[in-house]
Amino acid sequence: MEASTATARELPVAAATRTRTNLQQAAQRFVHHRLAMAGLVITVVLILVALLAPFIAPTPYYYADLAQANQFPSHQHLLGTDAIGHDFLSRMIYGVRTSLLVGFVAVLISCLIGLPLGLLAGLRGGATDFAVMRVVDVMTAFPGILFAIFLITVVGGGVLNVIIVIGVTGWVTICRLMRAQLLSLREEEYVTAARSIGASEFAIATRHLLPNALAPMITTIALAIPTAIFAEAGLSFLGIGINEPTPSLGKMVADSAPYLRVYWHLGFFPTLAIALAMLGFTFVGDGLRDALDTRLR
Amino acid sequence: MSRYIIARLASLVFVLFAVSLIAFLLMHTVPGGPFDIGERRLPEATRLAQLQKYGLDKPLWEQYARYMWHAIHLDFGIPFQSPTDTVISLIARAWPVTIKIGLLTIGISYTLGVLLGFIAALRQNTWIDYLVTFGATLGLTVPNFVVAIWLVLILSVRFQLLPTGGWGEPKQYIMPVIAYSLAPMALVARYTRVSILEVLRADYVRTARAKGLSERRVLMAHVARNALIPLVTVVGPQIPNILTGSIFIESTFRIPGLGRFFVTSTFTRDYPMILALVLLVAALWGITYLLTDVLYMVLDPRIRLTAAFGGGK
Repeated sequence: MEASTATARELPVAAATRTRTNLQQAAQRFVHHRLAMAGLVITVVLILVALLAPFIAPTPYYYADLAQANQFPSHQHLLGTDAIGHDFLSRMIYGVRTSLLVGFVAVLISCLIGLPLGLLAGLRGGATDFAVMRVVDVMTAFPGILFAIFLITVVGGGVLNVIIVIGVTGWVTICRLMRAQLLSLREEEYVTAARSIGASEFAIATRHLLPNALAPMITTIALAIPTAIFAEAGLSFLGIGINEPTPSLGKMVADSAPYLRVYWHLGFFPTLAIALAMLGFTFVGDGLRDALDTRLR
Repeated sequence: MSRYIIARLASLVFVLFAVSLIAFLLMHTVPGGPFDIGERRLPEATRLAQLQKYGLDKPLWEQYARYMWHAIHLDFGIPFQSPTDTVISLIARAWPVTIKIGLLTIGISYTLGVLLGFIAALRQNTWIDYLVTFGATLGLTVPNFVVAIWLVLILSVRFQLLPTGGWGEPKQYIMPVIAYSLAPMALVARYTRVSILEVLRADYVRTARAKGLSERRVLMAHVARNALIPLVTVVGPQIPNILTGSIFIESTFRIPGLGRFFVTSTFTRDYPMILALVLLVAALWGITYLLTDVLYMVLDPRIRLTAAFGGGK
């Protein structure tokens, strides 16, 4: 891979075929990775459930029938009903929708903050790097839960605000890794080689550093999604997450606590769904790492 | 080396100031104050008198300067929520409980994690490996309060083996420590597995085998020693979190530890308590990171440290 990018200008055709086979090889490795494929299936099913929620849910998420409250799973309500009489299956389907939305958008926000800052620190070095890293230090040293509670109290609850708060607290890992990648790649021999034949800093950054930093970044970003879902569950558990009547998997678990002794289904199904979602994303992330990381082969 | 440590300590002092300033500004930006909470609003005159008593009527910069001046002299004030205590005595009472759980958690999770990761790596792509990988992912991804609730449900309610919570007897440590250990154990197991797999492919391992060392010696003297060094950088940064407790675990098991204060103090706008906790976590974080880096350098002579301050690259 190093050789192919270094000689890309001289041998455009050869380089193109070489790159494609590399990607194909990676794809092949991914397909043969059993856990990764299982993860992919889970993830795709969950995404479909989230997208199609209005069409597959038996009732709207806000529809409640108090006369039918606290029922165990039956033919009428496949997963039972909760304490207010919501059809639990419908709540679960919309809960998956909320949790995935939180996962994807919060990580997108984290990337929008973390990637540019990491790039800036890693490429510019010197005073820029120093400043960015001190911000990272302070963010790491600040207790995350305190920060999140403060922010939520300032901006208020609700899906959008929860997403923003999780995104704003989660960028540090992404920034730190981006920078670390660039710093270590800068010392690679092919970068020295490119520099010695007179490549500009811009060319080195775009042609050598970024493409090689991409693989570990994709993995980290894939693994950040379950972390964000986890964070939402935590905030909802504390009662400062997503407001009624919107369901989220984390909130459903949290709400189930007082009823669990008798109505086990209220805790069991959302727990299962959270675990599945997390497993799915984590396995896909792991599979991507194994497929893309050239050092592990 | 000593230059490096001094530079890092200077950097820590900066972080402590920055963190306290951010916490200070944030908590004064948040709507509501410490004496606005509760069922009934205080009469205006009482409220003003209270504000005056704690110096909260002064300009912000003066409050901050005063607080930091006292903090440098290790006086962190009186928590609004329990005025008969001091912040220090409150933390001194709650923290040992959390530390006890934390140390047990660290001991158990790190030992088991390394062991499981080691076994999984040696049996790569067998059902043992898959089981450990699956279990580790599960442990890392199921929120600890979910684990806690299900432990109570199964061990206390269903089989009535353990008390549902509380604090005092060793029996009551078991469930919190399990719930708290799963995530770090899973993390350590995952990293150990990958690290060992990488080392198993190293040339010096092949050399060791080629010169006829017993498999046991190869694994212990070459593989384990080299694979476990990078683990220090993964394990170290977890420690401040584990030692300051988790609101989720402590509220589920009704443990009088430090973790809950992170949430209750923000909800009640207990300014002195918030600042003390923020400083405590930041200091703990700084010290652990420094120790981790130094330990890493001592263990792996190839790593040379460059000071964060002034040193540059």
